[in-house]
Amino acid sequence: MREACLNTIYKLAKKNKKIIFIGSDLGPGVMDNFKNEIPKRFFMEGVSEQSIIGIASGLAKEGFIPYVNTIATFLTRRCFEQIVIDICLHNLPVRLIGNGGGLVYAPLGPTHMAIDDLAIMRSIPNIKIIVPCDAYEMKKTIQNTVNYKGPIYIRLAKGGEKIISNNKNLVQIQKSNFFIKPKKYLFISTGIASQIALEAAKYINKKKQLCGVLHLGTIKPLDYKTVRSIIKKVKKVIIVEEAFKDGGLGTSILESMSENLKSHLYKIYRIGLQNKFISNYGDQDILLRHNKITIKNLSKMMLK
Amino acid sequence: MNSLNKYFYKSLKISLDKRSKYLRGLIVKTLLSSGRGHVGSSMSLVEILRVLYDHIITFDPKKPKLKNRDRVILSKGHGCLALYAILADKGFFSKKELLSFCKFNSNLGGHPESFKVKGVETSTGSLGHGLAIGVGMAIAAKIKNEKHKIFIVLGDGEINEGSIWEAALSASKHKLDNLKVLLDYNKIQSYGFVRDILNIEPLKKKWSSFGFDVSEINGHNIHQIKKNLNNFFKKKRKKPSITICHTIKGKGLAFAENNPSWHYRSSFKNNDIIKMQKYLNNIG
Repeated sequence: MREACLNTIYKLAKKNKKIIFIGSDLGPGVMDNFKNEIPKRFFMEGVSEQSIIGIASGLAKEGFIPYVNTIATFLTRRCFEQIVIDICLHNLPVRLIGNGGGLVYAPLGPTHMAIDDLAIMRSIPNIKIIVPCDAYEMKKTIQNTVNYKGPIYIRLAKGGEKIISNNKNLVQIQKSNFFIKPKKYLFISTGIASQIALEAAKYINKKKQLCGVLHLGTIKPLDYKTVRSIIKKVKKVIIVEEAFKDGGLGTSILESMSENLKSHLYKIYRIGLQNKFISNYGDQDILLRHNKITIKNLSKMMLK
Repeated sequence: MNSLNKYFYKSLKISLDKRSKYLRGLIVKTLLSSGRGHVGSSMSLVEILRVLYDHIITFDPKKPKLKNRDRVILSKGHGCLALYAILADKGFFSKKELLSFCKFNSNLGGHPESFKVKGVETSTGSLGHGLAIGVGMAIAAKIKNEKHKIFIVLGDGEINEGSIWEAALSASKHKLDNLKVLLDYNKIQSYGFVRDILNIEPLKKKWSSFGFDVSEINGHNIHQIKKNLNNFFKKKRKKPSITICHTIKGKGLAFAENNPSWHYRSSFKNNDIIKMQKYLNNIG
């Protein structure tokens, strides 16, 4: 997914002179093609994330479209104020790409695990939040961001995910995407949680085609229209996210429902992370299992 | 006060000319109208901004987004009363508007906002942001081969912020000779004297070691400021530069000079109002 993301930025930058790439202190060789072919618009500014956001703001004010890439926690936690003031207050077209969204950096501990990023970014006015589920959606998303107004936060997941979005051709910012249309049951999910939800739905549907999956690649602004209309039609909904349950996708849907769809609130269940620091290591899959974000648990919970 | 500061402090006690007093008069009227504001932090800035707008930068108040304008960022946004005074004086908006400062529907808040106030390049207020934004603008100018300059006005307390030093590293790395930092070194921050709170000396060596061309001037001496900034345009350096402007907090208002309690006031006592009105009467 990260490769698809960076490669798409590079290809776009070759055609569009407004595109700038700024990294902090990324791994050796990252974006070498960009650096070698378009050195004037390539910046690797070291471990100075706060300044990088300010620099991106200055560049955007002068008409450029900066794509900023570093570890998600460093962007969302350390640079919160810079993102709020330098970027979002001015509604500037800066694209913030956070590496290691969710539990990807499990072995590196709580300083690196971006499980609060969705809650943090959701609190900021003007910014859009995109959480692609695979490399195809990421590629399409990046292509769509070029002429998009205002700031965008894009969460990168782990690499090598199965492609689940390419046969839909419906990848659009702010539009939700039914991977399977529901009859009785529905998973609503974002990011790589949609991969798990899709497998769980397929498992449930082995016996009878009952369960659907609604993937929300954009969680802010949310496609409330589709979400609300489908919730009315099904019997049970489980919202799945690889993030704190507080403040993320589920919170956003419930907030909307508490105003417009109160009588359907009883249908909603949620699977995600508790609001506490994770004290284990291992890898992303181990921590997903530990937090019960699994195909088995999702299907069990849906059929209960 | 070390010997350097003692020397500078004496030289800073110079008397102000009519225009400096007039601009301060606009600030005092604004303060009296709103009953609040960063008094000392604005008064120390007047000559720095005055020289920039009177003699140095390219701008057009009728076309605030003029492509080849020089960019000025007041990173110490709390000094905005001085910026508002000079912008109003130059015709970016009417002087009458100054009297709406901090009122409900005003464009002029306690910190400047670029989408409300013509002539303000970026919204500031929280400290430590302006330099990095200026670095971005200076890089943009280099990429586009545009000749305008970027001026960033920093406060002395402001450079406590780590983000300033991050941005300084990038400014130096990219040899941003189109970037000029003006440091309003009035020696006082909110709680008291900078040297007692978080000493920033040796300032010259510090900025120099960060790759800046450093000069030091009396920040109330019009001729020195003018000469220094003209030099910035003439001299080829291949590095960013900073002018440390020694100033007096509250300069021009005798009762507020070098007095930490005049950094910010959210209300004025009757006695303060009388003193400020007296100042206005004296300058005529």
